[in-house]
Amino acid sequence: MNVTVTVNGKAHTRDVEPRTLLVHFLREDLGLTGTHVGCDTSQCGACTVHLNGEAVKSCTVLAVQAGGMEVTTIEGIGTAAELHPLQTGFWEKHGLQCGFCTPGMIMSAAELLRHDPDPSEETIRHHLEGNYCRCTGYHNIVFAVQHAAAAMRERQAGQAADD
Amino acid sequence: MTDRTDKYMGQALKRKEDPRFITGAGQYTDDFVLHGMLHAAMVRSPYAHARITGIDKSSVEDMPGVHAVLTGEDVAAAGTGPIPVGWLLPELKVPPHHAVAQGEVNHVGDIVAVVVADTRAQAEDAAAMLAVDYEALPSVALGSAALEDGAPQVHDDVPGNVAFRWEIGDEAALNEAFGRAHKTVKVNLRNHRLVPNAIEPRASLAQFSPASGEYLLYTTSQNPHIHRLILAAFVLNIPEHKLRVISPDVGGGFGSKIFQYQEEVIVLLAARLLGKPVKWAARRSESFVSDMQGRDHESEAELAVDAEGRMLGLRVNTVANLGAYLTLFAPAVPTYLYGTLLNGVYKFPAVHAKVTGVVTNTVPVDAYRGAGRPEATYLVERVVDVMAHELGMDPAEFRRINFIQPDEFPYQTPVALVYDSGNYEPALDMALDMMKYPDLRAEQERMKGTGKILGIGVISYVEACGLAPSALVGQLGAQAGQWESSLVRVHPTGKVELYTGSHSHGQGHETAFPQIAADELQIPIEDIDLIHGDTGRMPYGWGTYGSRSAAVGGSALKVALQKITAKAKKIAAHLLEASEEDVEHAEGVFRVKGAPGQQKTFFDVALMAHLAHNLPEGLEPGLEATAFYDPKNFVYPFGTHIAVVEIDTDTGHVKLRNYGCVDDCGPLINPLIVEGQVHGGIAQGAGQALWEDAAYDDEGNFLAGTFMEYAVPRADDLPSFETGHTVTPSPHNPLGVKGIGESGTIASSAAVANAVMDALWHECRIPHLDMPYTSEKVWRAIRDARGAGLGQAADD
Repeated sequence: MNVTVTVNGKAHTRDVEPRTLLVHFLREDLGLTGTHVGCDTSQCGACTVHLNGEAVKSCTVLAVQAGGMEVTTIEGIGTAAELHPLQTGFWEKHGLQCGFCTPGMIMSAAELLRHDPDPSEETIRHHLEGNYCRCTGYHNIVFAVQHAAAAMRERQAGQAADD
Repeated sequence: MTDRTDKYMGQALKRKEDPRFITGAGQYTDDFVLHGMLHAAMVRSPYAHARITGIDKSSVEDMPGVHAVLTGEDVAAAGTGPIPVGWLLPELKVPPHHAVAQGEVNHVGDIVAVVVADTRAQAEDAAAMLAVDYEALPSVALGSAALEDGAPQVHDDVPGNVAFRWEIGDEAALNEAFGRAHKTVKVNLRNHRLVPNAIEPRASLAQFSPASGEYLLYTTSQNPHIHRLILAAFVLNIPEHKLRVISPDVGGGFGSKIFQYQEEVIVLLAARLLGKPVKWAARRSESFVSDMQGRDHESEAELAVDAEGRMLGLRVNTVANLGAYLTLFAPAVPTYLYGTLLNGVYKFPAVHAKVTGVVTNTVPVDAYRGAGRPEATYLVERVVDVMAHELGMDPAEFRRINFIQPDEFPYQTPVALVYDSGNYEPALDMALDMMKYPDLRAEQERMKGTGKILGIGVISYVEACGLAPSALVGQLGAQAGQWESSLVRVHPTGKVELYTGSHSHGQGHETAFPQIAADELQIPIEDIDLIHGDTGRMPYGWGTYGSRSAAVGGSALKVALQKITAKAKKIAAHLLEASEEDVEHAEGVFRVKGAPGQQKTFFDVALMAHLAHNLPEGLEPGLEATAFYDPKNFVYPFGTHIAVVEIDTDTGHVKLRNYGCVDDCGPLINPLIVEGQVHGGIAQGAGQALWEDAAYDDEGNFLAGTFMEYAVPRADDLPSFETGHTVTPSPHNPLGVKGIGESGTIASSAAVANAVMDALWHECRIPHLDMPYTSEKVWRAIRDARGAGLGQAADD
């Protein structure tokens, strides 16, 4: 069946099997392979994307359910030339090793920072409990998110001062 | 070009490889698409042990998109040989390990058949529908149960299920030592089984070109050359150069991506038979029953001390469960990587260990992060703590008085190894200071009677990594070399590509290796890139495992770089019309000593090396060097780890409250990367101690087949970690570096276990419980101990 999904600001229409998961639609139909699949029980969070602004595990959403909605993936949150503060934070604080969980971590953390601009370590750890990382022990991921939060607060303060 | 700083080595540079990962531009195996690609799905055995009495291909051949169904017969007909073992022990019994089962399945998840279809969904639909008839056979899962009289036989050609019996150390000397013991303690320990669970599931994509006879394989591997060797020489019977193995970005390995897997054989074979590229990507539920698992020892350990608390001897008897088949390094893990490390950091006059390797109807067991050394460290450090408790000695002080002393290195242990260098006491002291150890002990006392108990686990470890030299490991049974290669290619512009046979799947090679090169070549790190993971581009390589990349691969790079600078200096001297002895390589240039301004840059030299317009008489053009480096010995990192747990006596819940460690891996190439390795290692070891358990029932049904049953540590399970370092270089490699990839895991299971048992000893005199310390297990133990009149009464 036909579905139209706006991904990273661009509308895509594809003919998909009804059972197609959003993550497979993104990876296989659109070639956006930055979103990863790490499990089949919706626990690892490697497939986290934003659906109308909310973080979702794209392995638990059917592509057709995303019809008419806006999806943002890791490819859409920032670019190599203009990184999102979370991308910068993960780089600066060595918040990644193999990089496989990283897109999901960043997308999940982005939602946290939208709701809480200055999260404590405990809040960050609690928020990210649905994103598994086997490399970092999460230690530097906490610092990466805090680094991003500080940068975003600073940017916001700068914008407020400009207004 | 940016100015080069004084030294890149030792700097916490952020990683060069990260931009692609943080933007979603990493290229993992499952991200690759080849034109016309088909998809394979595996039909896996639901039985732990069964005879396959029939497979009805026609049940699925007409399903949409299906191209082929391959069975064990088809694989045999194609001339594909069994997957070999890479480490042989005397009288080792090796049951054949076929890519697809031939008549019999031996563990849940064993591959029965393969369906290839246009799409993955079609292949999986058909795989689920394939009609297979089984005749269930008796099965056994626990190593010790497989050794019992009358136990089910896993393989006809492995009598009594014993794959090998192995021993190390001087048993007579040990018995003599025990004869003069003041005190002995005996502990039975289970080091339970784990699933590695790299977050990227395994995947493979193969292509065959009939015209050239060439194969291409993208696969999730830590060591692409090993795959090429095995697949070409032992399985497919083709010349090695007809197979190119590319291991692109790999999402973690932890050992599980070392081995030659069945699915890699299958996609290559299917690609040839069907004339189209074939991809397979594991679902996590497949990973659980097809990735090689880790640990699974049942041991009896006995420690003897004299009246002063000096250790006299350690006696160990271990049953190592190898699973259904012997995979690549499986025989080495519970023997040469385990038995040789049972001396720990102590001055034991005698150690003796017996190991029985047993086959069972479970997923095969092979190297998992630490591979034998976590098992050894857990055993030694657990029994040392039990003895300290029995003696009423502080566990840290008991360790201290038994340490090998710094002036005793190189140190010959009673179990074959010669430790290269070490200085154990400063690491212990630094860790005790870091964690404010006396304050913790005072807090432990204060918490008595509050319903919460504090446990402090101290362990001191040494580990042996960077296996070497090749001749020695060959004598011990390795069917592989253990050297590493490096190629340094300088372009005419002075830009440099490094090639290593090591592989990075999270370890940061693309940053650390250029750091080494930038210092040796004295050029900016931005001008240097590392290439790895492609047999079509590297000279050769044995890959990444056993914390060997820096010590062996880094050393190979250093030797290749020295060849480059030696040649560059010859060219520079020629261009400067000076003798080589008068030219120095300093501050980024080749210059005539004492003649300011008389200098040539690396670029000048690189350009002339390629133009060859003006080279010294007889010197070859070009600026490129390859080194094959075979170390003289293993390297021996060491350190002290301290875990602090808080146990709720009403619920049995264990909270890992604090964790601090001091590791010594020699000089740090990149402290940021080293810290990251330590953090991740600690999390994996703590995972084993507290949550993870690859549990089977007695018949070999796997009870922990998804992340819902198998608890990997999550962000909110763990505290932040405190880390520190002492630096004791290895005397025998050109960088002085040791390894750090596995230390965290080797140390932390034991540290967390000791913390839990420290709490339970102080609360209710429980000497030992096996990991993992689930709430239920801890609660029951406290209840039983109190019911038995132990516990608080004993403290009063």
